[in-house]
Order: sequence, then C-alpha cells, then structure tokens
Amino acid sequence: MTSTLFTDHLAAWLVILPLLCAPVMVLLNRSKLVWLLNLVVSASCLIIALHILWDVSTGTVIHYAMGGWTPPWGIEYRIDGLNALVAVIVSAMATACAVYARKSVEQEISVHVHGLFYAAFQLCFLGLLGIALTGDIFNLFVFLEISSLASYALIAMGRNRKALNSAFHYLILGTLGATFFLIGVGLAFAATGTLNMADMALSLQDAANTPLLLTAFALIVVGVALKAAIYPLHLWLPGAYAYAPSVVSVFLAATATKVAIYVLIRCLFSVFEPDYMLDTFLPDILVVLGGVAILYGSLRAIYQEGMKKMLAYSSVAQIGYMVMGIGFLSAAGLTASLLHMFNHALMKGAMFMAVGLFVYRVNTATFDNLKGMGREMPYTFFAMVLAALSLVGVPGTVGFVSKWQLLQAALENRHWGMVMIILLGSLMAAIYVWKLIEVLYFQQPEKLRVQGVSSGSERIGRSPAGMVIALWVMALGCVYFGLDTDLSLHSAQYAVTELLQGRGN
Amino acid sequence: MTDYILGHINYWIIVLLMMIGLYTMMSMPNLVKKMAGMSVFQTGVILLYISLGKVEGGTAPIIDDGYVLYANPLPQVLMLTAIVVGVATTALGFALIVRIKEAYGTLEEDEIAAMDDSE
Repeated sequence: MTSTLFTDHLAAWLVILPLLCAPVMVLLNRSKLVWLLNLVVSASCLIIALHILWDVSTGTVIHYAMGGWTPPWGIEYRIDGLNALVAVIVSAMATACAVYARKSVEQEISVHVHGLFYAAFQLCFLGLLGIALTGDIFNLFVFLEISSLASYALIAMGRNRKALNSAFHYLILGTLGATFFLIGVGLAFAATGTLNMADMALSLQDAANTPLLLTAFALIVVGVALKAAIYPLHLWLPGAYAYAPSVVSVFLAATATKVAIYVLIRCLFSVFEPDYMLDTFLPDILVVLGGVAILYGSLRAIYQEGMKKMLAYSSVAQIGYMVMGIGFLSAAGLTASLLHMFNHALMKGAMFMAVGLFVYRVNTATFDNLKGMGREMPYTFFAMVLAALSLVGVPGTVGFVSKWQLLQAALENRHWGMVMIILLGSLMAAIYVWKLIEVLYFQQPEKLRVQGVSSGSERIGRSPAGMVIALWVMALGCVYFGLDTDLSLHSAQYAVTELLQGRGN
Repeated sequence: MTDYILGHINYWIIVLLMMIGLYTMMSMPNLVKKMAGMSVFQTGVILLYISLGKVEGGTAPIIDDGYVLYANPLPQVLMLTAIVVGVATTALGFALIVRIKEAYGTLEEDEIAAMDDSE
C-alpha cells in the first residue's frame, strides 16, 4: 500500500513534499530544526528526481494525471528527458544550497524569521520543480508565479535596504512578464480550445498562421524572456542577485533563469512548431540578442566594483550563450544550450557560494575590502578559481564543454560573427576573472577589512564546514563534468532528440 | 470597418484598459501608483479571459433541463486562480512598499534612486 502510494505518485510527490513542508517550517520556526527539515526535503526531492531521470532515460515518457482527471481536461504531468533533466538541476542545486545555508542564514537573517525564510525557499523550489514537470500551460503560469512570489520575498530579506528596492523592481517586471505570458496563453487557448501543451501542439499543427496565433506567440515569448532576463529585459537581474542574501543569490543564479529558459525551449519547440518561428524572424532575433547579451554582460561585469554585481552581469552574458544556442535552431545548438544550463548552474552556484563565504567572514563583497583575502582563505579562493576558470571556458572544466558545443553549432550554421562573439566573450570573461584573482590574491590587504565583527568572534578565524563542503562539491563538479562529459552531454543530447522528434505523444 | 470595431467592442475596451494599466505602471514614479496600474492591467487580463468564455445567448454554466447553451466555464475557473495570484502579488507588493517607506522615508522612485546612488 505505502509502496504504491509512493511509486505510483512519484511525480506528484516531487511537488507536494516541499508544499507540505513549507507551512510546517513556519510553525516550527526553530532555526536548526527547520534547516534540517529543509535539507531532508531537498535531498529527498533530488533522489526522486534522479529516479525519474533514470526512468525516462530508457525512452518512456511518464504521464501522470493529477487527481485522476484525465487529460486534456485535467492537469497532466508529462515528463520526458528534458523535464527530468531540469528537475534534477533544480533539486541538486536546492540540496547544495541546503547544505550551505545554515551558518550563512544564521548570520545574514534575523533569527525570528528563519522559519519563514526556509518556507519561502521551499515554495520557490516547489514552483521551479512544478514548472519543470507540468504539461499544462496554465498550471505552468501558476507555478511560475509561486516561484516568483517566493523569490521576491527571499530577495527582500537581504540586509542592505537596496534589497527592498531591487525586490520591488523585480516584482513589477516579473509580474509584467507573467501577465504577458498569461495573455498569450489566453489567446492560444482561444485559438485551440485546450491548455494541455501536447494537445495544444496537435491543434496548432493544422492551424493557419493567423494574427491571433502570432500575437499569442509574441506575448508568450516576451513574457518568458522577461523572466529569463534575456538581454534588453534583464534590468531586474543585477540588483536582485547582488542584494539578496548569499544563499538566495546562489539558488536563484543557479536555477531561476535556467527554468525560464526551459519554458522558452518548451514553448518554442514543443507547443509551437519550430517552422512557426521561421516566419517571425525569431531565431535571428534570438541569435543577435544572445550575441549582444554576451558582449554587454561581460563588459558591464568588467567595470563592477562589487563581486556580486560582477557575477550578476556575468550571468546576463551566460544567458546570452543559452539564448544563442536556441536561436541556431539546430540539434547541436539546443544541446549546447541545455548543457550550458546545467554547467552554468554548477559554476555560477560555486562562484556565488565562494562570495557568500567572503561575505560571511568579512561582511562585505566589494573589491576594496577584499584585497588579499584569497591568501587568508586559500580553500575558498582555490575553489573559486576552479569555478572562475570554468566561467572563462578553460579546457578540463564544464565551461569549455558547453562553449565548445556552442562553437561547433555556430560553425555548422556558418554564423562567423557569432563565432567571433563567443570567443570574444571568453576573452572578456578572462579579464573580469583575472581582476577577481588579482584583487583577492596579489593585492596587499588593508586594515579596514573586517567590518561589524566583534573581536574574538569565531567567524574571523574559521569558515563553517557546511559552507566549505557545499562549495567544494560544486567546484569539483565543475571539473568532474568537464572531464567526464558522458552523463551531462548524453542527458542533454537525449533530451534534444526527444524534443525534436517525439512531438505530440 | 464599423462592424470590425463594434463587433469586437469588448476586446477594444479591454485592450484600452490594459494599456492604461501598463502605462501607469511604467510612467508613474510613485510606487503605490505603480501597484494601482498593475492591478488595472491584471484586471484587464481577467476580463479578457471572461470575454473569451462568453457564448452568445448562453447562460451560466450550471446544468439544467431548461437550457441547452452554456458559457464556457473553464476561463472563469482559470481566472479564480489568476485572481488569487493577483491578490498575493498585490499583498507582497504593498508589504514591500511599507518596508521601503520605513527604510528610505519616501515612495518616489527618483528620490529612492538618488539616495541609492549617493551611497
């Protein structure tokens, strides 16, 4: 009985488990207990997600009718290789963040809201998982808003008052994006009479290219692009990532935009026909925007004074690589995008974790106050260098694998300009990464460094084990998946083949 | 032409409402007014969905022997969810506004930006 309750409803548990635990966390409100619960829930979700990935890697597609209502009337969870891959990325990052969180949260967030903090974290996590799993486009909107609302609250918990302002900006722009998406879904519903994505794809196959559908398509793309922070719509991202509490920066940078990119891929390739895009110049627009994002993001990153802002602008550039891969409209390009989703989650997660450790020790993340800190925190510094090399794309790291794939895709499509931009982007990444290393390792430390830390506090001398372990797992992941590309590359390639062939089942 | 306008009069009005909301949201420097614009924009979307579900001559979707033609209930149900999402967003937005007022002492966007820059 219990075994079937779990195995038959595996997909639902993935969403329900965090949903049930969030209110429990608010009620418990005891820091260590809630942290432990958070860790257990995230790890259980990771195990379930891995199990699902294993299941679908044999070619089966999991169909799960929520509440027993059969599709297209009920909400269906339809899980193929791509859904499972995204779910694994999200839950793996959540687990890493859960390990990392305890000391960092204790320091950065006042103790009476720890329950609320972890509850919001779980809600954000559940929203992202829901987006990854659901096969119903309106349900996707609801999960998108659950995760977004939770992330606004999480960002607003940052200590600087700028966090409030950034959270409000994100709320306005995020709601705008979600509402555009909602209008687009409404118009697509008017044209097809269904909300199930597979069903909608079937009706759209025969549909003529009417203005109604074009409008729906445009609104959905713009709405999702806002959530994914694709270049001209990225304005909310730097502030939100820079002023959020460290754990939140890690989690959002590693997952939120990736999941939005997934939604874009799903809408462009599964719901609407790929041919559909050709009539709208969208692929060219995506390639150009991706290129501009790479140059603009990297350039802004070079000139930042704070480490977190620098990484945030570097995220804008990295999203450019993913968008460019989608715009190539080829299997190689899509594989590069998916691979970069996974790889960027690893390296940006590791970078933000290292910054979080610096913040924990020194209470600030501006370059001025961090001079020479790398020599005092060699373990943190070395892990950060590994992740930073990956960001540049040095062979032997994950960054190289996905950039290499993207370069091949660009060469295949004969986009010579984009080849140049990809290489230039790596060069610019090398510049801002070098700036980081120079400040942290080669510059002389200054007296002013330790701020707001009482003398004799253990913080000055030691980095907490949980944070260092999580950081090193991510940093070693950057190297491991750079050398042994089988797992990540095959999952991505498999997901792409399914995406391009297995439509409508 | 008149048919085209009058035949879709509900959609014209809804789009106008959405644009009023969107413009308010984008142009007003006052944060509370931004939220008001956002609410108007979201209400426009709700009306759009309800309009989509309307069937000419149809009645409320409750099965009864006396009627054969019903409005499509699905958009109405969807909008119940969208209203909940909207309420949550508005509540969170106003909670943030209260905190911003406490931290900055003002609700004008340009003044807040000036204070941020001077730090």
